[in-house]
Amino acid sequence: MEAPILSVRQLTVDFSTDAGDFRAVDGLNFDIPKGKTVALVGESGSGKSVTAQAILQILSKKARITNGSLLFNDPSNGGSIDIAALAAESEAMHSLRGGRIAMIFQEPMTSLSPLHTIGDQISEALMIHADVDQATANQRTVDVLSRVGFPDPKRALRTYPFELSGGLRQRAMIAMALITRPALLIADEPTTALDVTTQAQILDLIKELQAETGMSVLLITHDLGVVANVADEVVVMYRGRIMEAGSREEIFRNAQHPYLQALMRAVPRFAMAENERLTPIREVKSASLAAVDAPQRVQPAGPILKVERLTKSFTLRSGWFSGKTREIRAVSEVDLSLGAGKTLGLVGESGCGKTTVSKMIMRAITPNSGKVLFDDGTGRRDVHKLEGEALTTYRRSVQFIFQDPFSSLNPRMTVYELLTEPLRIHDIGTSDERYERVKHLLELVGLDQRALRRYPHSFSGGQRQRLGIARALALEPRVLLCDEPVSALDVSVQAQVLNLLKDLQSALGLSYLFVSHNLAVVDYIADTIAVMCRGYIVEEAPKSTLFRNPVHPYTQALLAAVPDPDIDRPLDFTKLRTGGFSQPSAWPEPFRIEPGEFGVMKEIEPGHKVRMGRLTAREAA
Amino acid sequence: MIRFLLRRIVTMAVTLLIISALVFFIIKLPPGDFLTNQIAELRAQGESASIAKAEFLIRQYGLDKPAWQQYLVWLGVMPGPNGLSGLLQGDWGWSFEYDKPVVDVVGDAVWLTLLVNLAVVIFIHLIAIPIAIYSATRQYSIGDYIATFIGYIGLATPSFLLALILLYYMNRWFGISIGGLYDPQYAGEPWSWPKIQSLLSHLVVPTVVIGLGGTAAMIRRMRANLLDELGKQYYVTAKAKGLGPTKALLKYPFRMSLNPFIADIGNLLPQLVSGSVLVSLVLSLPTVGPILLSSLKSQDQFLAGFILMFVAVLTVVGMLVSDLLLAWLDPRIRIGGAR
Repeated sequence: MEAPILSVRQLTVDFSTDAGDFRAVDGLNFDIPKGKTVALVGESGSGKSVTAQAILQILSKKARITNGSLLFNDPSNGGSIDIAALAAESEAMHSLRGGRIAMIFQEPMTSLSPLHTIGDQISEALMIHADVDQATANQRTVDVLSRVGFPDPKRALRTYPFELSGGLRQRAMIAMALITRPALLIADEPTTALDVTTQAQILDLIKELQAETGMSVLLITHDLGVVANVADEVVVMYRGRIMEAGSREEIFRNAQHPYLQALMRAVPRFAMAENERLTPIREVKSASLAAVDAPQRVQPAGPILKVERLTKSFTLRSGWFSGKTREIRAVSEVDLSLGAGKTLGLVGESGCGKTTVSKMIMRAITPNSGKVLFDDGTGRRDVHKLEGEALTTYRRSVQFIFQDPFSSLNPRMTVYELLTEPLRIHDIGTSDERYERVKHLLELVGLDQRALRRYPHSFSGGQRQRLGIARALALEPRVLLCDEPVSALDVSVQAQVLNLLKDLQSALGLSYLFVSHNLAVVDYIADTIAVMCRGYIVEEAPKSTLFRNPVHPYTQALLAAVPDPDIDRPLDFTKLRTGGFSQPSAWPEPFRIEPGEFGVMKEIEPGHKVRMGRLTAREAA
Repeated sequence: MIRFLLRRIVTMAVTLLIISALVFFIIKLPPGDFLTNQIAELRAQGESASIAKAEFLIRQYGLDKPAWQQYLVWLGVMPGPNGLSGLLQGDWGWSFEYDKPVVDVVGDAVWLTLLVNLAVVIFIHLIAIPIAIYSATRQYSIGDYIATFIGYIGLATPSFLLALILLYYMNRWFGISIGGLYDPQYAGEPWSWPKIQSLLSHLVVPTVVIGLGGTAAMIRRMRANLLDELGKQYYVTAKAKGLGPTKALLKYPFRMSLNPFIADIGNLLPQLVSGSVLVSLVLSLPTVGPILLSSLKSQDQFLAGFILMFVAVLTVVGMLVSDLLLAWLDPRIRIGGAR
């Protein structure tokens, strides 16, 4: 048997911090065979990124490899080096790093310097390791850029990272890693920050390049769906130790370790049975949820919230020195309707306008045209025409849950202050009543009331998101707008928060507008799903219908691109290779929409509406 | 680009106009002016000949007119006793205190001021940047603590006090007389090699004294900026490419951390002129600072007005320069803007 590219033996990494020493990686053993992909899976904090940094010796100053070996067998010269024995800034390590072992990172936004061109940064990698002049390096850069799928590689040499989309930036990162033809590529969450269709394309690209060059890949991810689709072997880590390792087949067909089994149950999947509940790894019990009665309120006759032909354009200044402006239509004639006690899922990729819609519902932005109608049982009213007392009441009825639980809580306020702030603003209750209310809210979201005097930084991401939910519930709202509430959370915690939202809905009779890019999550929580693309709602249907019979090409592409943690349902990469799903003018007839047009929504079966282009619009007229 | 420049120049002109009005009327705010004060003094002494001269000057420079008329004449948009002759025409007025045209009073001082302060700016950057880089890359090391400690002392020491101390000890230990910018025998002499040598040796102490506070402040800020940038992902990327530590540091995080300082050039230029008044007084440097101070005290309106306007022009031009430099150095500003 051929020697593996990298053998990790008894790898131990210690951190020395002010709070004492801490072992991040504890006696790790695994091999990366030649030409294969090994996936390192685990929650955040499990030590998977630290392992990658140890292999490249780019650990932070506080961390140190204290034991073990990292035997690197370079196939190009047959030599074998123990990386763990090299000094981090030694000559040998410099030539390995980036030359024989390359790495790509999670955030393509921040992993590239904004002050240097793509060409400069990529050719630099080559010039460090190969004895070539700038002209040759540029030529090689153009070659590798065109290989990773840049539409105009010559021009790309002179572009800056911020001029590119997230997908192209990640392609540039891959080009930078691959230009030196490394034997091992370490990919640290390479697709986590990307949209699903882009994710599928990047995964496809990595697989193709691997087949071409015969390199090995160490893929670090928390997404079991990605693992099921690209890994040959899987290593599951938890708190610095390996819980389970084996081939993809073994891991997915026959998970042995309870941790792995629990992890698999915590991830929303498409094939879930109706009313099947996710099982979080660490269940959080809400003490009082079962005992809560839904408040007795007048129910509206129709939908509680209705959005009619909402349109919003933004004016962009195209540059610093030119006075030219550009008009961008972010939201085009969006119609939505949210029934009382129901959940409407709004799905779309970044920049499709879903957040703009939710902000217009909040009345944080004013639409160019269209209406937001709210009905709390006393009749329908246009939200953007409300004033005075009526507006205050509306603000009480509609609350927001944010994506980032870290920046959405003021770090200088205690939990008590955070949760009573809405009550103080709306002047509700005496301070004793507020205290009681806040204690009750904490119980609702499953937090201990000792939390009241603490500050947000002492809570984990999931706990903070539950604080955010408690704050949103403080004013007893009717509608919650959830903008990607679980995207920033670990899979294990995602399940907790999703279950909490579901329980709160049934206990308090809340209505949710659930905005997300993650189809599986929306599938788990929503009753009706609306798919959004480039400011259009392209398809809207009850969730079972949508997944059974997606009609619009964009919906189909979106569904096809979601990696399912089920090895019997692999991604169809060839289908996603064409691209252009998010270009309304590139959609096939009858869905094609010319720039400046809106198309029409057409009902093809009860509750299932699809946006059609001009041809059909004329037929309908 | 051209449109941007034109727009900026128009705004600059408007800004300067507003500043000129403010400057003039604030100088005129206290009752009286240099000449009326002088006349009152002369009356008390009963010197009628001088009084006649002062009254002639009052008429000559229109100080008996209403303030707004004086302003317009000073600006050069309204004909005064000498016809249209004001700032716009390059006539900077007459200094009553020195009994000379403003040009002659300020002339040499402006250049010497710029020289001293340019030396200070160079000194600050040469000293502060290496220390800041050292400090940031070795955060919480002994060296970092020492640099931080010295930095705080530098921040906390009043510069005029340091000037006095150095004045005394430099003379006592090295026999250098450091008052002024050159030895007294060169005063009024044309520029020659020995005079320049004398100037250079006199420049050392003022540079250190004036620059110390700025150096300390710059070390603190640069260190903080650099520490922020060192934590960024692109620096890890650079290291993961196999770039050596020094090159990776200088090419990526260091370059990023310079931005705030470039944005600061606009503030730096006026500091060059007016920043070192106290030290100049103590070290009796023939710079603009002390002249400005005395002219304000004696209400020598044209002299004070000119110096303040000069500082204002430097500020406005400095802002433009730093904006242009930023756009040149940072593609996000040059090309971005839309986001």
